[in-house]
Amino acid sequence: MDGFVARKNIASNPLWQTREPRLSALDIELTERCDNACQHCYINLPQNDPTARAAELTTSEWKRILKEAAQLGVLRVRFTGGEPLLREDFAELYEYARRLGLRVTLFTNARRITPELAALFQRIPPLQKIEITVYGMTAETYEEVTCAPGSFAEFRRGIDLLLASGVPFLVKSVDLPQMRHELPAFQAWAATLPGMELPASVTRILDLRARRDSPARSKHIAALRGDPEEVARNRLASSNLRADILRLAADQHGANALFGCAAGACALPTIDARGRMQACMLLRAPQLAYDLRAGSMTDALEHFFPRLGWMKSETPAFLRRCARCFLRNICDQCAAKSWMESGTLDTPVEYYCQVTHAIARQVGLLAEGERSWDVTNGRERANRILGGINEPEPGSNLSTL
Amino acid sequence: MSLSLDQIYQLSEDVVAREIEGELIIVPLAAGMGDADDELYTLNETGRVIWSKLDGQRSLADVVRELAQEYDASESEIAADVCGLVAELVRRKMLVAAS
Repeated sequence: MDGFVARKNIASNPLWQTREPRLSALDIELTERCDNACQHCYINLPQNDPTARAAELTTSEWKRILKEAAQLGVLRVRFTGGEPLLREDFAELYEYARRLGLRVTLFTNARRITPELAALFQRIPPLQKIEITVYGMTAETYEEVTCAPGSFAEFRRGIDLLLASGVPFLVKSVDLPQMRHELPAFQAWAATLPGMELPASVTRILDLRARRDSPARSKHIAALRGDPEEVARNRLASSNLRADILRLAADQHGANALFGCAAGACALPTIDARGRMQACMLLRAPQLAYDLRAGSMTDALEHFFPRLGWMKSETPAFLRRCARCFLRNICDQCAAKSWMESGTLDTPVEYYCQVTHAIARQVGLLAEGERSWDVTNGRERANRILGGINEPEPGSNLSTL
Repeated sequence: MSLSLDQIYQLSEDVVAREIEGELIIVPLAAGMGDADDELYTLNETGRVIWSKLDGQRSLADVVRELAQEYDASESEIAADVCGLVAELVRRKMLVAAS
């Protein structure tokens, strides 16, 4: 506190004295089109896809949505895609959002960062680091992933422009067979960047096509997924994550609720490129999306989304497995991903079971051959292991527990 | 910083002020408003009361007179608070003198 004015870093300080706004953050998918053609991507459509382009909200429609978001109390919007910089009105929408008092996170591949855009970010900072996904450390690898000749040079130019302008950004990557061998070099490079206070995040589990628009592409993505044991090992590379996993397992309680996550409360909704409001970025089941061209976010939040919190599964496979699984809180299984995989909201996804079982085995929660939904003393197992962790060996970095 | 009570002050174009659930949130728009670019600002209760009067129309003297009628405090006490807040906001480039 300095006199009358308090500076708040809202990541570490509570902002609200009494009650919080109905909505504090919003994801905005400006387009489903992308200038890369990565085969592992869950959403990208061709850059010049006329149908996708025609279906996108107009500039004025986006402005109406941004204005309503600000009125609802939203403080942060995330512009994503597709590649959001493909929108010719991106700079206009960005500045409009910032002038409404919104902080902006931008997810981009950086290929379309121009000197003008870098200058805009310098003059009106987004107040959030720009997040850039990196697909390789060499042109050969990068363009093998992106299937876009010349994309590596454009990406590097974008990075250089942001660095020269002093615009804060972070980089992240994806664990793909094509670039797995370059991940150590990527991490080493990332550590040299000014905005990287933590190791770069690497997506380990690939999502299938979000709109279920290409069974062939989904099959290809599934084939790119890493071995479950290896994925588990990578996830556990962080000792804090290991502790979190044990805590989550200990606190788990079986349930047949479909939405035990933030989506059930519609806490971080997404507006897709066509103006459909979703409870989360992945939840594209048409029956659970609200058309903002025919209504408002307020109406959606008050009358459409609350029912998600009440939805329960009656599917035998879900009730037999997920509803009884003491590892449910650490599993990637959710209604959105189930829909992407199977077209239903509550079909267990075998790959997620495999990864979660592998994690559980590696931390000692499950024995070889055991299935988590058959375990009746999961909480006791987790607590027993937690007790062991609470007595760290000298030099252990688990002492923060 | 010395302030003239005859001066009128208004919100700088470099910030956006928002009221959300009773909280006044000041969001930097231009670069270089604070030490870090990811921080927002709020005012304490006294600051919010004074802020509500700084509309680019009233002089600081008008603000002091109005507040003295509304609150049980002397004009000199209120003037000290008003000038304290305005000086701080001007220093932070959140408020500018109206021309």
